[in-house]
Amino acid sequence: MFKFLKRKLKKFEEKLEAELEQEVKDSIEEGEIKESPAQIEEETSKASVQTEKMEEKRRREEEFEKRIEESLKSELHHTLQTRKSIEKAVEKKEKSRTPRISEEKLEDLLWELEIGLLEADVAYSVIESIKNDIKEELKYASIDRGNIRETITNVLQHAISHVLQSNTFDFLEFIKTKDKPIVIMFVGVNGSGKTLSIAKMAVYLKKHGFSSVMAAGDTFRAGAIEQLAVHADKIGVKLIKHRPGADPAAVAYDAIEHAKAKHKDVVLLDTAGRMQTNVNLMDEMAKIKRVAKPDLIIFVGDALAGNDAVEQAKRFNEVVGIDGVILTKVDTDAKGGSALSVAYTIGKPLLFIGVGQGYEDQIPFDPEWMLNNIFGKEEKIAA
Amino acid sequence: MVLGDLEESLRGTIRKIANAVTVDGKLIKEIVRDIQRALLQADVNVRLVLELSKKIEKRALEEKPPSGMSNREHVIRIVHDELVNLLGETKDLPIKKQVIMMVGLYGQGKTTTCGKLATYFKKKGLRPALIAGDVHRPAAYDQLKQIAEQVDAAFYGDKNEKDAVKVVKDGINKLKKTSDVIIVDTSGRHKLEDNLIEEMKNIFHATKPDEKLLVIDAAVGQQAGSQAKAFNDAVDITGIILTKLDGTAKGGGALSAAAEVGAPIIFIGTGEHPSDFEKFDPTRFISRLLGMGDIKTLLEKAEESMKGKDAEKTAKRLLSGKFTLKDMYEQMDMLSGMGPLSKIADMLPIGFSGKLKKVDMNTTQDKLRKFRVIMDSMTEEEMENPNIIKSSRVKRIARGAGVENRDVKELLRYYNMTKKMMKGLSGNRKMRKSLMKQLQFDT
Ligand SMILES: Nc1nc2c(ncn2[C@@H]2O[C@H](COP(=O)(O)OP(=O)(O)O)[C@@H](O)[C@H]2O)c(=O)[nH]1
Ligand SMILES: Nc1nc2c(ncn2[C@@H]2O[C@H](COP(=O)(O)OP(=O)(O)O)[C@@H](O)[C@H]2O)c(=O)[nH]1
Ligand SMILES: [Mg+2]
Ligand SMILES: [Mg+2]
Repeated sequence: MFKFLKRKLKKFEEKLEAELEQEVKDSIEEGEIKESPAQIEEETSKASVQTEKMEEKRRREEEFEKRIEESLKSELHHTLQTRKSIEKAVEKKEKSRTPRISEEKLEDLLWELEIGLLEADVAYSVIESIKNDIKEELKYASIDRGNIRETITNVLQHAISHVLQSNTFDFLEFIKTKDKPIVIMFVGVNGSGKTLSIAKMAVYLKKHGFSSVMAAGDTFRAGAIEQLAVHADKIGVKLIKHRPGADPAAVAYDAIEHAKAKHKDVVLLDTAGRMQTNVNLMDEMAKIKRVAKPDLIIFVGDALAGNDAVEQAKRFNEVVGIDGVILTKVDTDAKGGSALSVAYTIGKPLLFIGVGQGYEDQIPFDPEWMLNNIFGKEEKIAA
Repeated sequence: MVLGDLEESLRGTIRKIANAVTVDGKLIKEIVRDIQRALLQADVNVRLVLELSKKIEKRALEEKPPSGMSNREHVIRIVHDELVNLLGETKDLPIKKQVIMMVGLYGQGKTTTCGKLATYFKKKGLRPALIAGDVHRPAAYDQLKQIAEQVDAAFYGDKNEKDAVKVVKDGINKLKKTSDVIIVDTSGRHKLEDNLIEEMKNIFHATKPDEKLLVIDAAVGQQAGSQAKAFNDAVDITGIILTKLDGTAKGGGALSAAAEVGAPIIFIGTGEHPSDFEKFDPTRFISRLLGMGDIKTLLEKAEESMKGKDAEKTAKRLLSGKFTLKDMYEQMDMLSGMGPLSKIADMLPIGFSGKLKKVDMNTTQDKLRKFRVIMDSMTEEEMENPNIIKSSRVKRIARGAGVENRDVKELLRYYNMTKKMMKGLSGNRKMRKSLMKQLQFDT
């Protein structure tokens, strides 16, 4: 799903590089740095030394990864202010030698990037943040002849990983080590895919040797209990249900009691979909949480959603606190921008992505994988 | 940036424009950029927004604001116009026997909307029926069946049949004698699922539905247009229903879809209950899309000068003797003596005025309310041309409105009386002239 994003970022990267190369050349022509003919030769023959280049590239990429990880950690500790003051001093000294891209040109390039991100359904507010990060980074990054590409890749990666926060969470480890029964509550707006995600989760847990029980906590929508019942039946897990219109908190309570009595590992608590604007229903959700005391609250979001993903995640997080996210319907040709939007908004890890109707169509998500996928090897972008 | 900031900044730019004596290019660019941002935040297709902003900029620079309208009002009107343009001609579903097929992506609200449509047609006096054409989603059958019971509509489905085409065909055969509007629910699907797109085409070819309605969730982002295109290519979409507008999503995706397939948005869904369903209103939608309550006010202000013209037109039409039920409905507040028509009444010679006033007094608010409900159950055609309402139509309308036949007849009598009076007015040229003058219109 991130191919599109990746292409857009790559394009931006290349253009920015070209601009900066030009700047370097210009400054060379101005005679500030003398360039020997040997160096130019090396430049032109570069293309032919393919294998060497590839190897070098791989090495560089590995190095980047390490560097990103390190810098990510320190990033958060540095305030912009200190960075600014340090860099300002450096900038003064190096001004004559460091090529800078003009504000105007940068704005143009960023505008293109912005369009790309928008088309990938990254929310507007999140794009603003990415853009600002890039601007800041570029202002203070030292750009030299040999490291233009690295610097740019670094800057972009910073900006994106900032958003993604690389907040890793080992779901299976959590299930393994936590006291049983573990209660997982699924929340989200109407039709986002909570119920199907629960079914997929039951299958996933089963595959890893954990038992589960489902709680039919959507007692409101027509056919909701039957829907979960069909899944429970097919998968072969127990379903605890009450009558339509019953108190969902009571259903949760019974399911937890059942899990305790029968030594089930996990309680999968379904809830009715609700709009984040509906105060009564949001209160009801908070009440279910109070009764069920879930160990994990998973927000199920729809990958097709655009800017509203931010509003949804924000409100749900405020009301019950989200521990992790499942993004569904990624198979629909969605461009995955909402993954960035949600992660940026609430800073919680994306645990799984849903990629179809089948029970196996749920893939554990790894932010490192996403970063690699976006910034990784060339050959993948062609696809 | 949060929406509040955006609103603030937009308001700022609007103010700037308003204060500028002439609109210069830079200011226009600024406001267009802000509007662009608002549209992008509302999930309108990116390419569409770029095209649109070019057009708006061009028009704003080229067209002179009409007299009495400030620059900012002018720009906003242009934005509004262009968006209305994209949305296309509005449309009502005909009130007649028909087959309606619901299509759309996963979880958009198709099944729920089946119940809403059934409620709508029932109110119009037609007998709705629902067919469970979603044979894939677990318990889709139960969901629709429960909804059918809830809204008291006929239902057909076959839990064990996995061939959607067969279910739908059997359903139509079973239901067509006893039902007027047959609404076919179908599975969710997306543009890359060839098999399911094929299934949808097969249902379409086998049943030849009159309406093919695409259901879109207000939260859908940039995918809306291309997904809508796939549905349109397969079944030729005739209308769009925009659901979940009770949340915070702006529905820009639906606008992109409408522009992409050239089909109008007909209804909006505003909740989970069968009655949470409204006719689509472009201006309201656009205000919401731009995310600014005050744009609506601005728009209204900008349109005030036009409104004068509208009222004038209405008055002229009334006086010309053409007076339909639609006029009567629209001008209901006039008839209750609160609107501009009271001015007309005051202008009338004693006899006439007395008559009209008497009508007012005899017609209690309750009755007016009842009349409104009855008129809601009428078709466009009946409203325009009340003469065609004969006994079978009277029966249908009464059933739809939940009233007696004689109530419908009383409304028609009331209408005829008012119409006659209007005609009398229009015959008197001198009075007409002084009336127009009194209303401060040019004659
Ligand atoms: N294509 C696709 N459809 C999904 C996915 N997850 C859920 N759905 C579909 O989305 C619709 C709503 O799902 P459901 O679980 O009932 O949503 P809930 O209302 O949040 O419980 C159903 O038709 C599901 O089959 C997914 O990952 N991919
Ligand atoms: N808040 C709100 N929820 C809606 C609306 N329309 C449908 N829903 C909900 O959206 C979810 C999916 O609806 P459903 O009819 O099953 O979608 P389908 O998969 O397209 O048939 C359900 O929880 C519905 O109650 C609406 O206008 N507002
Ligand atoms: Mg559900
Ligand atoms: Mg359905």
